[in-house]
Amino acid sequence: MTSIERVIRFRRYQDIGFQVLGASLTVIALLVLGALVLDLAKTGLGRLSWSFLASFPSRKAEQAGIASAIVGSFYVMVVTAFTAIPLGVAAGVYLEEYSRRNWFTAVIEINIANLAGVPSIVYGLMALSLFVYTFGLGESILAGGLTLALLILPIVIVATREALRSIPQHIREAAYAMGATRWQVVRYHLLPYSTGGIATGVIIALSRAIGETAPLITIGALTFIAFLPPTPFSPRPEEDGGGLYGPFEWLDSGFTVLPIQMFNWVSRPGDAFLANAAAAGIVLIVATLGLNALAIVVRNRMRRRIRW
Amino acid sequence: MVQPRDAAQAAKPVERSVPRADAAASMRFRRAVVDRAMQGVLGLAAASSIAVTLGIVYILISESVPFFRAVGLKTFLTDTMWTPQFAVPRYGIVPLLMGTLVTTMVALAVALPAGSIIAIWLSEFAPARLRETVKPVLELLAAVPTVVYGYFALLFVTPLLQRLWPDLPTFNMLGAGLVMGIMIIPYVSSLSEDAMRAVPMLLREGSFAVGGNKIVTATRVVFPAALSGIAAAYVLGISRAVGETMIVAVAAGQQPLILDPARPLDAMNPGQPGATITAFIVSVSLGDVQHGEIGYQAIFAAGLTLFVATLGFNVAGYLLRKRFRQAY
Repeated sequence: MTSIERVIRFRRYQDIGFQVLGASLTVIALLVLGALVLDLAKTGLGRLSWSFLASFPSRKAEQAGIASAIVGSFYVMVVTAFTAIPLGVAAGVYLEEYSRRNWFTAVIEINIANLAGVPSIVYGLMALSLFVYTFGLGESILAGGLTLALLILPIVIVATREALRSIPQHIREAAYAMGATRWQVVRYHLLPYSTGGIATGVIIALSRAIGETAPLITIGALTFIAFLPPTPFSPRPEEDGGGLYGPFEWLDSGFTVLPIQMFNWVSRPGDAFLANAAAAGIVLIVATLGLNALAIVVRNRMRRRIRW
Repeated sequence: MVQPRDAAQAAKPVERSVPRADAAASMRFRRAVVDRAMQGVLGLAAASSIAVTLGIVYILISESVPFFRAVGLKTFLTDTMWTPQFAVPRYGIVPLLMGTLVTTMVALAVALPAGSIIAIWLSEFAPARLRETVKPVLELLAAVPTVVYGYFALLFVTPLLQRLWPDLPTFNMLGAGLVMGIMIIPYVSSLSEDAMRAVPMLLREGSFAVGGNKIVTATRVVFPAALSGIAAAYVLGISRAVGETMIVAVAAGQQPLILDPARPLDAMNPGQPGATITAFIVSVSLGDVQHGEIGYQAIFAAGLTLFVATLGFNVAGYLLRKRFRQAY
C-alpha cells in the first residue's frame, strides 16, 4: 500500500470516527432526557390520581395534592401573559418598524440581550424590593405574575422582531403605496401576518415561566397553601362580609405554584414526599413539554400556510 | 353593460365633492393623530425594557449600600468565610463565588465539548432532515423546568455516581454540575450550529478541493470561520451556568464551602456540598428574614455580585453574535 493510500484510508476512518462520536453524544443527550422522564414516571406515576390533583398540600404525604399549586400556576400565568404579551409585542413592533438605527436603539438592543441573560433570581430580588415592599403588593399573585412577565419580556420582544423581520419588505411598500399610515400597516398587515411567529415565541416564553421557581421563592411565595384564590363573582363567606367576590380580588391572594410545591417536597425527608415530588414533576413536565410541542405545531402550520 | 356602471360610479364623487373632501381631510387628520399616538405608545413599551434594567441596577445597589456600609467592601471581597447565621456573622463572598465557580466548571466541562461536537455533527455531517428533527428535540433539554433537573440530579445522578464513588455525599456539586451541563448543551449546540451553517459553502469546497476530509474541513476551516458565533454560544452558556439556581439549590446543598487557607485547592473538589451565590439567595428567601435587616441586605449584595458577573458575559455574547451575523 502506498503512503498516499494509507493517508486517504486514515482520513476516511477519521470521518467515520467522528460520525460515531457526534451521533452517540447526541443520542446520549437525548437518553438523559429519556432517563429523566422515565425516572419521574417510575417514582411518581403511582401517586398521580384525581385526588392528588384535587387535594391541598398536607402534612401526610398520602393525602397531599397539588390543587392549590395548579390553580396558583394558572392565575400567575394569566397575569404574566396579560402583561408580557402586549408590552413585549409593542416593544418589538417599535424596535423593528419604527426606530431609526441610532445610538438609542443600539442601547435598547444591548439592553434586551443583557436582560435575556440576567439570572432569573435577580428578577426575583428586584421584585421583592419593588413589587412586594415599595408598591406594597405583598406576596400576591399580582406580584408573582408581574415578576415572571418581566422575566419573559425579552423572549417575547425577540420573537416579535423575528416574526416581523420574516415579512418581506414589498408587503409594507404595497400598503404604503395605497396611502396607509405606518400604524395601519402594522395593524392591518404586519401584526396579522406575524401572529403565528409571535404566538410560537409567546408559548415558549410561557412554558419557561411556568417552570420558573427561583424568582417566586425570592418574592416569598408560600410553600404551604391550603386554600384557593377567590374566584371572581363567587360568594364570599358570611364571616368575611358576605356578598360576592370582585372580579380582581384573586390578584391580592397569596399563592403557590407547581415548581415551588415540587421543590418543597424534594427538600423534605422521606420517600413518600419524594413520590409526591415526582408526581408534581410529571404534571410540570407534561405542561412544559406540551407547550413546547404546541409551539412546534404552530410554527410548522404557519410555515405551510404562508408562502411569500 | 360594465362600462356605464363604472362611469356612474366615477361620476358620483364629483357631485358631492365638497363634503367628501371635508370627510377625507378629517379622516386623514384622525389617522395622523392615531399614527402619532401609537408611535408614542409603542416607543414607551420599548423604553420599558430600559426601565427594567435601571430598576434592577437601582434596587440592587440601593438595597446593598447599607450592607456594604456595615460590612465593608474589602471584607466582602476578601474575607474567606460566609456565615451570616452565626453569632459573629462573617460576610466574605469568596466561598459562595467558589461554589459558583466549581459547579460552573463542572457544567462547562460537559456542555462545551459535547455541545461543540454535537453542533459540528449536526451542521457538517448529519443529513438535513435528521438535523431538522434532532435540533428541536435537543432544545427540549433546555425547556425542562430546572427544579425537575434538581430532582433528577439529587435522586438519579447522585445515586448513580455513588455507585462509582461510595464516599460521595448526598448533596454534592458534581451531580448538580453534570446535570446543569446537560441542560446547557442545547444553548451551546444550537447557536454554534447556526454560526457554522452561516459559513459559505465556498470555504468548504476549497478545503475539499485540496484534499481535506469532512472532519478536517469542519475543525480547521468551518469552526475557525464561525468562531465569533461559537464564542457567543460559549459565553451565553457560561452566563446560564453562573445564574442557574434550582439545580444547585436542590442537589448541591445550601452550606457555603469552608475554605482552608492551608489547602486552598480543597475547595475546588466538586465531590463535596457547596452553596453557590444563587443557592444562598434561595436559602435566605425560604427562611424568616425581615425586610431591612442585614440578612435581607446580604442577598441583594449577593445578587449584585451575580448581576455584575453575568452582565459582562451577556454583553460580550451579544457583541460576538452580532459580529458573526455580519461576517458574511
